[in-house]
Amino acid sequence: MSTTATVPSNARIIPCLDVDEGRVVKGVNFVDLTDAGDPVELAARYDQQGADEVVFLDITASSDQRETTLELVHRTAEEVFIPFTIGGGIRTVDDARRLLRAGADKVSVNTAAVNRPELVAEIADEFGSQCAVASIDARRTNGGSFPFEIFTHGGRAPTGIDAIEYAIRVAELGAGEILLTSMDRDGTRDGFDLELTRAVVDVTNVPVIASGGVGTLDHLVEGVLEGKADAVLAASIFHFGEHTVAEAKLHMAAAGIPIRPADA
Amino acid sequence: MTRPLIAVLDYGIGNLRSAQKSLERMGADARLTADTGLIADASGVVLPGVGAFGPCMAALRDTGLDEQARTAAADGRPFLGICIGLQLLYEGSEEAPGVAGLGILPGTVQLLSGNVKRPQMQWNRLEVRTPSPLLEGLDHSWLYFVHSYAAPMADNVAALCDYGGPVAAVVGDGNVWATQFHPEKSARPGLRLLENFVNQARTAAVRA
Repeated sequence: MSTTATVPSNARIIPCLDVDEGRVVKGVNFVDLTDAGDPVELAARYDQQGADEVVFLDITASSDQRETTLELVHRTAEEVFIPFTIGGGIRTVDDARRLLRAGADKVSVNTAAVNRPELVAEIADEFGSQCAVASIDARRTNGGSFPFEIFTHGGRAPTGIDAIEYAIRVAELGAGEILLTSMDRDGTRDGFDLELTRAVVDVTNVPVIASGGVGTLDHLVEGVLEGKADAVLAASIFHFGEHTVAEAKLHMAAAGIPIRPADA
Repeated sequence: MTRPLIAVLDYGIGNLRSAQKSLERMGADARLTADTGLIADASGVVLPGVGAFGPCMAALRDTGLDEQARTAAADGRPFLGICIGLQLLYEGSEEAPGVAGLGILPGTVQLLSGNVKRPQMQWNRLEVRTPSPLLEGLDHSWLYFVHSYAAPMADNVAALCDYGGPVAAVVGDGNVWATQFHPEKSARPGLRLLENFVNQARTAAVRA
């Protein structure tokens, strides 16, 4: 499938929160928070700043803690009035159902879908494509038989799977969106891997969220204008108070990108 | 102010809870329910939803909520469909050929046309064609859309958005209204629309 879309989407800015056993993992540096470790309070803050969506990445290792994650989703649905996605540890349609019933808008599947891509189709058929996000963690192969390889388990485990072929596959299976993270860039603050982003955008016709490497507001602009991403995800530049989402939106709008104003 | 009882029809698919919680936030006694008595007592009825036309319509039939929805729409109470809840009001959809919709509104829901990504998954700006109390304060607001199909263009399209051409964003007249966007996920403007709806339900409750 090749892309035929000629009408650009209005860009979205999506702060991402890593959550472990119901708490935000990486330090977050907002001065006036009651509880800087509470993902719900942070998500509500991003909602107020004009974020278009929020993503929670649940890195809770133990499945015993599943109730904690459900509780987080439950509380978020009461406090946050923008869409939110939860990813991490979703292996079955029942896992997805519980999270959606609790109030999540989308579920993001990663390792389980790499192992068994049909999971994407099962979730899309049951709940609709709009809530089925396929998360892809990719690295450059630097001279392999294909350019980008999928890694799982937080970017540590190589799979031998061609990330571009996989993106085509999950889009055909009914993924409503692709969350694409460059594991080469993640945490570097060097900017998105724009070639990776563009490569996936060019072969799919579903929205693509660029992720991994944002260190400046210009990186967000590049992700949309050069990477052609529909949405840009970032963590540290927002968490550490360097920039607000509102500043990021002004910067993107000034670069000519159509986007919902923060004060709309 | 009284908290009008609003029945949020629970047919069991996807995230219906957010609609209930946001209506509560805007002053309603909102219940996520499939209970006939409760729905009959409600001052307003909401048909929320995410998902595909076929499975959602099947779930409505299985729970008997299809009849409840028709009754509520017919008896003049404020009624609000959201997203797939808008599309279910029509006679059918290109998404599920052969599956009958609720038939409360005439016509067939159609695939988004033009060279656009499907789904439309973004915030988009509302253009109000026909002002109404429900849309008070909403013109030019930004709201969150996620859909691949849309209502047919007709006189009952009260507001539009632009996505490769005009797309029906709000339809309705009289007591039956529906939004293609998700007001419960559209920050302040979305909550404003729900507040407008809650106010209508409150007025209806006083009249009843």
